[in-house]
Amino acid sequence: MAAAEKQPVTISGVGPLNGAMSGLLTWIDQRFPLMDLWYSHLAKYHAPKNFNFWYYFGSLSLFVLVLQLVTGIFLTMNYKPDAAQAFASVEYIMREVPAGWWIRYMHSTGASFFFICVYLHMFRGLLYGSYRKPRELLWIFGMLIFLCLMAEAFFGYLLPWGQMSYWGAQVIVNLFGAIPFIGPDLAIWIRGDYVVSDATLNRFFAFHVIAVPLVLLALVGAHLLALHEVGSNNPDGVEIKNAKDAKTGIPLDSVPFHPYYTVKDTFGVAVFLVVFSIVVFFAPEAGGYFLEANNFIAADPLKTPPHIAPVWYFTPYYSILRATTDDFVRWALTPGVIAFAALIIWSVKNTVVRGAVGAIAALLLIGFFNLDAKVWGVVLMGVSVTIFFLLPWLDRSPVKSIRYKGPITKVALALFVVTFFVLGYLGTEGVTSGRTVAAQIGTAVYFLFFFLMPWWSKMDKCKPEPQRVTGK
Amino acid sequence: MKDNAGINRGRRTLVIASACAGSAAAVASAVPFAASMLPSDRAKALGAPVEADIGQLAPGEKMTVEWRGQPVWIVHRTPEMLEGVKKDDDKVADPKSLRKQDELTPAYARNEYRSRDPKYLVVVGICTHLGCSPQDRLKAGPEPFASDWEGGFYCPCHGSLFDLAGRVYKNKPAPDNLRVPPYTFLSDNKILIGEDKKGA
Repeated sequence: MAAAEKQPVTISGVGPLNGAMSGLLTWIDQRFPLMDLWYSHLAKYHAPKNFNFWYYFGSLSLFVLVLQLVTGIFLTMNYKPDAAQAFASVEYIMREVPAGWWIRYMHSTGASFFFICVYLHMFRGLLYGSYRKPRELLWIFGMLIFLCLMAEAFFGYLLPWGQMSYWGAQVIVNLFGAIPFIGPDLAIWIRGDYVVSDATLNRFFAFHVIAVPLVLLALVGAHLLALHEVGSNNPDGVEIKNAKDAKTGIPLDSVPFHPYYTVKDTFGVAVFLVVFSIVVFFAPEAGGYFLEANNFIAADPLKTPPHIAPVWYFTPYYSILRATTDDFVRWALTPGVIAFAALIIWSVKNTVVRGAVGAIAALLLIGFFNLDAKVWGVVLMGVSVTIFFLLPWLDRSPVKSIRYKGPITKVALALFVVTFFVLGYLGTEGVTSGRTVAAQIGTAVYFLFFFLMPWWSKMDKCKPEPQRVTGK
Repeated sequence: MKDNAGINRGRRTLVIASACAGSAAAVASAVPFAASMLPSDRAKALGAPVEADIGQLAPGEKMTVEWRGQPVWIVHRTPEMLEGVKKDDDKVADPKSLRKQDELTPAYARNEYRSRDPKYLVVVGICTHLGCSPQDRLKAGPEPFASDWEGGFYCPCHGSLFDLAGRVYKNKPAPDNLRVPPYTFLSDNKILIGEDKKGA
């Protein structure tokens, strides 16, 4: 029998209980791959020894996920997903349920912190080329998690049934209505009604508390499995597997994840909780960025608030949506597509690729002249999020890490980050003609960063990568 | 060739055929779930017409009634407002209401003022861009978004402008004019929104 062939588990350090503990673990291990899991994912998962500050945000994201699940479960105990009662039930949680305000503020603050952690985690990937081969699939799982997170945030935002909830959902669902032909029916199908209503609230509740979290958990599992299959990247972007101990086969520049990084990450969680608690207790609305003032007014289907804006984590993409006017399609997108198609046709020799690019460009141009700018706004917004999926193939630099990349990459990345913040800021503000032009310039820079990456990343003068990771 | 030795071809064909049939059944099982997300019979039935009393609506004022969960605006336009609508003709994208007529403009509203009676504008107050409800800027005079403003509506979400006939301004995010719902005058002071009896 397989169970009998397994080595008994022996542990020490629990004093007189050593024998009992070992016996219990052996009993379990012969029926469940307990020690295999423990070793392969923690005690013998060999991670690079040179992780720095940026490597906190993966484990912190996981921590916030747990926080959101726990606070969310307790919120559902008092929340009512009913258009007539939802707003009042949230106020009931805030005012009358013991510690209800605390749990609710942890959940609403947690949403924003989730995005802060995930954005920093993704930025780490950009800095050190963590999406490069062999970590493409790991990156794709991560991007799928990001999409799920956006869906989760969007569905959740309707639940308090405030003015921002209502009109935010109205605008986003109508984005789907912009899709040619099927759009209007699709929007009705999503809402389950001709307007955002009780039916919409009820189903968004189902998506928010069951459907999306399940997918999210499965994807997080896949993300971790993929990570442990290929091994973690590190700030130098060189593979630690290239230098292994001849006898043990363990990478020379590695430390076991447990206890080294479990302790480091626990410290990270402690610092995180300090910052998080300050916000929860002293500034849960974060000046209108985490919870918007208009959402403390119950939803009124007859009146849009004077100023509506999505929560901060969606605003860069929202700016891109708003920047896409008729003029932008005519004077920026049209020449942009022509120039980009010419660039590909000039630099790729393959006739099939050339033909395909020409055909796609022609289709887009026909579309630009025949469909509303609204459609292209929605398309650009979608592309601005999903373009990240392509990073592993857009980046053609000979090195992974920013440490060895040249000036072009550094300038491009800095410009991209600034653009992301500027677009994010503009998305929280109302529309003026000056701001629209700024958002249009930002949109152009945003897309040039990605679409020209295959060329600028290759042109850049990189330094040689070291053989082994640096640092002690 | 060697790899195929010993394969029971008949059995393999059966496996493929039954797998295809099974997959088709699995895909078809999505039907009840997708269907359950469509508007329910109750939601469909709630589209009943509503009556609005315009007896108290003074010239130059607007009232809002709820029809199918949406705001419907009724504006009592003054002669000056109607003059303004005429002046807007070259500022708006679709002055003659030619686009998507079946959806946006019933036959009796396909005129300069987009209404049965020039005095009363009846439109759904939902922006054709992404569904916000525009704000009143009924008075003529300079506005931050337009220096020569003849009165109309301003959408706070994405800056679309509409004139006092619900016609959208050129080069704005909204592609179409505001929708004119089906409506009819029951008497001089009563409008029925949601139904337009023929010949009324």
